[in-house]
Amino acid sequence: MKLLIVEDEEELLETIATSLAKEHFIIESASDYLTAMDKIRMYDYDCILLDIMLPGGSGLQVLEELKQSQKSENIIIISAKDSLDDKLIGLELGADDYLTKPFHIAELNARVKAVLRRKKLDGKHTIELGNVVLNLSERQLSVNGEIVALNRKEFDVLNYFLLNINRLITKSALAEHVWGDNIDQADNLDFIYYQIKNLRKKLQTANAVIEIESVYGVGYKLVEK
Amino acid sequence: MKLLNKSLKYLSISILLIVTIWSIIFYINMLDEIQDSIDDGLENYKVLILQKVDTDPSILKKSFFDESNYAIREIGEKRALSMKDQYRDTLMYMQDEDDLEPVRMLTTAFEHKGDFYELKIINSMVEEDDLIEDLFWSVFWLYVILVVSIILINNIVLRKLWKPFYNFLNQVTKFRLGSTRDLPNISTDVKEFNMLKNAVNSLLQHSLETYQHQKQFIENASHELQTPLAIATNKLELLLEKGNIESEQAEGIAQVLQIIERLIRLNKSLLLLTKIENKQFFDQQNISLNRIVQQTLEDLEEFATFKNVKVTIHEHTDLNVEMDPALANIIVSNLIRNAIFHNLPQGNVSVDIKTDMLTISNTGKREPLETDKVFNRFYKSSDKKMDGTGLGLAIMKAVCNLYGFRVSYRYLADRHCFEIQFKNSQEKVER
Repeated sequence: MKLLIVEDEEELLETIATSLAKEHFIIESASDYLTAMDKIRMYDYDCILLDIMLPGGSGLQVLEELKQSQKSENIIIISAKDSLDDKLIGLELGADDYLTKPFHIAELNARVKAVLRRKKLDGKHTIELGNVVLNLSERQLSVNGEIVALNRKEFDVLNYFLLNINRLITKSALAEHVWGDNIDQADNLDFIYYQIKNLRKKLQTANAVIEIESVYGVGYKLVEK
Repeated sequence: MKLLNKSLKYLSISILLIVTIWSIIFYINMLDEIQDSIDDGLENYKVLILQKVDTDPSILKKSFFDESNYAIREIGEKRALSMKDQYRDTLMYMQDEDDLEPVRMLTTAFEHKGDFYELKIINSMVEEDDLIEDLFWSVFWLYVILVVSIILINNIVLRKLWKPFYNFLNQVTKFRLGSTRDLPNISTDVKEFNMLKNAVNSLLQHSLETYQHQKQFIENASHELQTPLAIATNKLELLLEKGNIESEQAEGIAQVLQIIERLIRLNKSLLLLTKIENKQFFDQQNISLNRIVQQTLEDLEEFATFKNVKVTIHEHTDLNVEMDPALANIIVSNLIRNAIFHNLPQGNVSVDIKTDMLTISNTGKREPLETDKVFNRFYKSSDKKMDGTGLGLAIMKAVCNLYGFRVSYRYLADRHCFEIQFKNSQEKVER
């Protein structure tokens, strides 16, 4: 899988690249408009992370170019501007997702994977890991072929973990992804712990070979036993 | 005191003074003139009588006034020679008035064939008290008429003259930074008013610019902060993920990460607030608040369970509002979330949907919040352990202001109660 990151802020580019490299993607980068245009004309990518405000031009122009050349890359816009207009224009021009800075690396990771999976739909809407199968269209979890009842939020949590196997998910990244902006108060951390505890119990009783590990009290990590 | 009344006050006092002084002078002058002309008349009589004495010496015996206005009596030479013409005011009994009346009397002496006589001639005078009374009433009525005319003139003329001023004042009073578009105007050729307009408008212009800059600054600053904040969180997350660090160090990193996350929340809230105030939400839709409340409750269900708070919803009616769906979500979820978070264990939250009104009340700390400050930015109740952004209610208030909804807080029967009135929901947002 080949990814292009278009971002003018070197430091951010570097951290994104480091994070995505852990998922065994091949990473290329461009830090201005012209380099980005050159690269998309010359090569094909599976996914492009695109900043809108670039030195020398706009990310939206890059999008237009891609649309005209009928390339079917997956594009995720990453922008500092949380503007509905930009979002709508971007999505209209063929972007697949829109992520506002600042974001958690787990979130970016999940978005990239979700976009990639959506594009290479081979009729199966499931994520499998060991004896665990998560059916996305039915919203069901089965372990060893047996269905384990999850509530709506537990399903979302597990889905998020399965998009970030072996990666750290901080409590606030989890809260933001699953509970949205609705949770931004101090006691969210206890709450997340309580939710994870329930999910762990369910996975354990079903003898799943996956486990949610605690990481320094700041977050969690899904690992295969 | 209104300018109209104030000028009236000063005018009536000064007119009273002027009229009083004038009438005193007038009275003295007039009296003087009357005496003068009476004295002339008496002098004339004297000449006539002296001529008559020559032709008819019998009148020398007329020693009483009786029917005529003179009396003559003989006196010694010495006294006569020392006498001069003397005019005097005195009183005399008048038959018709049956009273003593003031008269003017000329006392003089003359010589007739070697004898000396004293001659007294009288003439009736004006009665001074009558004169004063007459004068007083004329002056009084003059004063009244003057004051009444001034009041009338003031009311008509001044009111007309000041009309542009009051019109302008009204515009200035209604002027709101950021929502009123046109500067107040005045249509008059009065120089002072135009000067006032220019002064006020340049002041307003300056405030507007400052206001714009301030908004711009918050927006720019928040945007510029996004990228460094992104870099900081992502780097720390990567560092923690890498592992092989002492758990003590990891704890430190985790704490920094939490602080940065708090910064991010604060920054996001400020951006949102600026966006609301800049009216950057244009997606006007007809929204069912019932649905939004249900959705929010569903989202917060686990929280409520976790906090051991019971949430009940009373839908008395279907409530539809014209507004941006994202903002509708924000006000509803901010209120309900606060109600759950700032609650007691085993507490409860009650959501009431009535015609044009959404009421959310909850049990909580047993003392009212400061009603006048609760919607202020960065308001935090005395409850120190909460470390929210302090912007939640300010954001809600900004949304309500944007659409002209009325939001209020009250503490009633041990319950904290927030209420939104959607009455003005028909009014379109000023764009």
